Amino acid sequence: MRYSALALLRHALTGNRSWTPAWRDPAPKAGYDTLIVGGGGHGLATAHYLAKLHGITDVAVLEKGYLGSGNVGRNTTIIRSNYLLPGNTPFYEHSMKLWEGLEQDLNYNAMVSQRGVLNLFHSDSQRDAYARRGNAMRLAGVDAELLDAAQVRAMVPGLNMDTARFPVKGGLLQRRGGTARHDAVAWGYARAADQRGVDLLQNTEVTGIRVEAGRVTGVETARGFIAAKRVGLAVAGNTSRVAAMAGLRLPIESHVLQAFVSEAVKPMIDTVVTYGAGHLYVSQSDKGGLVFGGDIDGYNSYAQRGNLPVVHDVMECAVQLFPAMSRLRYLRQWGGIMDMSMDGSPIIDRTPIEGLFLNCGWCYGGFKATPASGWCFAHTIATGQPHALNAAFRLDRFARGQVIDEKGAGAQANLH
Amino acid sequence: MRIPCPFCGERDSSEFLTNGSAPPPRPDAGAPFAAWHDYLHLRDNPAGTHAELWQHIHGCRQWLRVTRNTRNHAVLGAEACRP
Repeated sequence: MRYSALALLRHALTGNRSWTPAWRDPAPKAGYDTLIVGGGGHGLATAHYLAKLHGITDVAVLEKGYLGSGNVGRNTTIIRSNYLLPGNTPFYEHSMKLWEGLEQDLNYNAMVSQRGVLNLFHSDSQRDAYARRGNAMRLAGVDAELLDAAQVRAMVPGLNMDTARFPVKGGLLQRRGGTARHDAVAWGYARAADQRGVDLLQNTEVTGIRVEAGRVTGVETARGFIAAKRVGLAVAGNTSRVAAMAGLRLPIESHVLQAFVSEAVKPMIDTVVTYGAGHLYVSQSDKGGLVFGGDIDGYNSYAQRGNLPVVHDVMECAVQLFPAMSRLRYLRQWGGIMDMSMDGSPIIDRTPIEGLFLNCGWCYGGFKATPASGWCFAHTIATGQPHALNAAFRLDRFARGQVIDEKGAGAQANLH
Repeated sequence: MRIPCPFCGERDSSEFLTNGSAPPPRPDAGAPFAAWHDYLHLRDNPAGTHAELWQHIHGCRQWLRVTRNTRNHAVLGAEACRP
């Protein structure tokens, strides 16, 4: 069924009785050409691009819970491509271009809203760093504008510009950045993949990976063994656990990152604002709630919930930046489990095991990467080789010393 | 989370700085590169009991080896790194 304004009208006139489910609920076959482990944004996008661009439709996506039950529904929905380093910029810009055509590609309303992403700076040296980042972006063909304090004041009323401990001196703006409706991204990819013949197997937890003579032959699941020639892992948050089933030890730690939504208020922020003197990013949802997040809690966690010190810290940052928020009540708060890699950049690559592919290490930034991640992972699985766009995201880059350290801080698991 | 500091008693985790997994012994200076890569980059990242280092920065400033469950954040014990 194709979604359109006409279909909406036709169904409305017939009492909305003939909508069909967005995807099938098939029984697992004994074997597939390719299995994708993880029915989140990245796994579903991979399945979609495998089917659409590479003609590989004998594919199943294995999900331990329901589709989109992990991080794709737990982020702060921000999309952007404001990266500095050559290994990162073309990849994230490709993602941004895919976002711009996503709804037409999927025939699904993902509510992509290019409302801009504004990174504030608060000192001269920070302005220099952001100018450098903006220049690097523009050299790579990405849009970037450096705003002075007056331009920021005009764009975002309500900011504590002058009397704050860290006065706002300006900001780096990417106008093409913005937000998207995160659940709809998972649902759109799921529906599009399903329509091309991909089996979406929910409640099918992978319990083992079968490897014979250095080659993957299938996976053990809660619903029995499923054979496959190729297996792709897109299980950020649990990558270490799943990869350990195949005997791999990875440069990954799992950490909890919290996000928050306030009560709904009238339109207050029509862009995405990030705080340069603390760690806060805030936007306003279409329902009126302010959506914000900050730092990871800092200790290893698989618990999908955080603790109060970080709640405190994020709220303090929000009130420093927008004093009017001090009267707001926050409604909801949740945690997602991030794959924190040792340089803050992701991994999309083959593994030493033939036929086993790895997509992990997304740190804070998995959501915005969803389309390009699926696109590159599909290419890597279909051809057996990384695409030029993910050529830097190799698993062995740590051993080779070629890390992509956007923050310049060395090997630790608390970077972006 | 509350951490039972062996010197100060049970204190809120916000008094502490966390420094990640308690590392295995540091390789010798002449150890092969692979040993250093393993030490520096690779992690067990267990879902369950996990040994990690915390420093009581707003208390006795001692480094502690804390055992904690990463699935539910239950703190199972803490001992001083130095006897």
